[in-house]
Amino acid sequence: MTLWTYLANTMPFLWQGLAMTLFVSGLVVVLSLVTGVLVGVAFAYGPWWLRWPLRAFSDIMRGTPLLVVIFTFYYLLPMVQINLQPLPAVVLALALFKTAQVGEIARGAVQSIPHGQTDAAKAIGLKFAGQLRYVILPQAVRRFLPPWINSVTDAVKGSSLISLVGIVDLMLAAQQVIGRTYNPLPIYLLAAAIYFAINYSLSVTSRRLEARYAYIRE
Amino acid sequence: LGGSALQYHLNFNLIWKNFDKLAWGLLLSIELAVIAIAIGGMIGLGLAVIYTGGNKVTRSLITAYVEFVRNVPLLLLIYLVFYGIPSAGGFAYGPVESFVATLALYSGAYLVEIFRSGLDAVPKGAIDAGKAIGLTPWQRLTAVRLPIMLRIVLPALSNALISLFKDTSLASVIAVPELTYGANWIKTNTFRAVEVWMVVAPIYLLTGWIILATLRQLERTLLRGLRR
Repeated sequence: MTLWTYLANTMPFLWQGLAMTLFVSGLVVVLSLVTGVLVGVAFAYGPWWLRWPLRAFSDIMRGTPLLVVIFTFYYLLPMVQINLQPLPAVVLALALFKTAQVGEIARGAVQSIPHGQTDAAKAIGLKFAGQLRYVILPQAVRRFLPPWINSVTDAVKGSSLISLVGIVDLMLAAQQVIGRTYNPLPIYLLAAAIYFAINYSLSVTSRRLEARYAYIRE
Repeated sequence: LGGSALQYHLNFNLIWKNFDKLAWGLLLSIELAVIAIAIGGMIGLGLAVIYTGGNKVTRSLITAYVEFVRNVPLLLLIYLVFYGIPSAGGFAYGPVESFVATLALYSGAYLVEIFRSGLDAVPKGAIDAGKAIGLTPWQRLTAVRLPIMLRIVLPALSNALISLFKDTSLASVIAVPELTYGANWIKTNTFRAVEVWMVVAPIYLLTGWIILATLRQLERTLLRGLRR
């Protein structure tokens, strides 16, 4: 069997794993976008009783290895009578971990808008919601997008850890193929190439957007 | 859902009984991170200097290395180095050596970027001043550019070390007996999975905070009187 037929025969297994990788990272990215932006806005404008618990949450999440967060959720949730299947449990762990990251990006983006903008919005009679909607967020989104897209690569890479609780993603699919063929190097390189293709296109998009929005940096 | 009473009773005795596994594991985790950043720092520094003064070919090679490492999961890199490369080369190495090499190459790719942007941020006036007093290019590098660059990147280096400390948790997958491996060992042998992660997660968190606080203090000491 030549190398190419070996890899070609492997592809159907890897596709299934890849579908799981894309599904999990996509879900995590969408969920954490919503929660992360809310957390970021709360960091910037929220009252202390909202900011302090969120600060604790964010620091704990960002200070703990993702693998440990996944294992902790995986084993802790059943104890508090939340009986989830492995997949929802790890998606929850990944999404909360990502929420902390996105929250910090969103906070940075919102706080980078000069105070004069808020004052000007107040001066033309906008209420808080209007200030956010028409003045702050349209500007903040340009500072949010490049680092956020870059952080999506972290979600894709981080999703590989779900293989360690037995969910068949691209990583585990590659491992399973290797377990049968005992020829690891080509399969690992193929899996690496697939991860690379996804993440590199995201990094390039992020860099392009950053260059395009460079004009707003004073 | 009915009652709110937990059916599971926490019992930490078996965790404390095996705590040496966690303590030695933590020590190894810290060692792995420090060794990796030391080797990775040399890789990153060397490549950053070559990059800033290099031609198109060396630049593309360095970029290829950086982009490959940054866009592939660390877990996959660990497997690739530990299982993949020896299988093709017909040789073998231990998990610890393999993991240190992987983490060093991994951190090297991130540190190149940090050092490169640090070198770019060295004020042009300082380099010109070096030229004006007749320093050779090598002297300008070692006496002007590198010292100024190191001050600029110091906070980023501290963050990189904390990040690597957390990444050492992945060494458990190739049976390096660090903290997460110790936790998995206790889990498998005592079935106290909940308790062990309730203990190990705070250990990572607190250790990371202590290391970071220490490094920030060190930064302040090193940079004392140097701020403009």
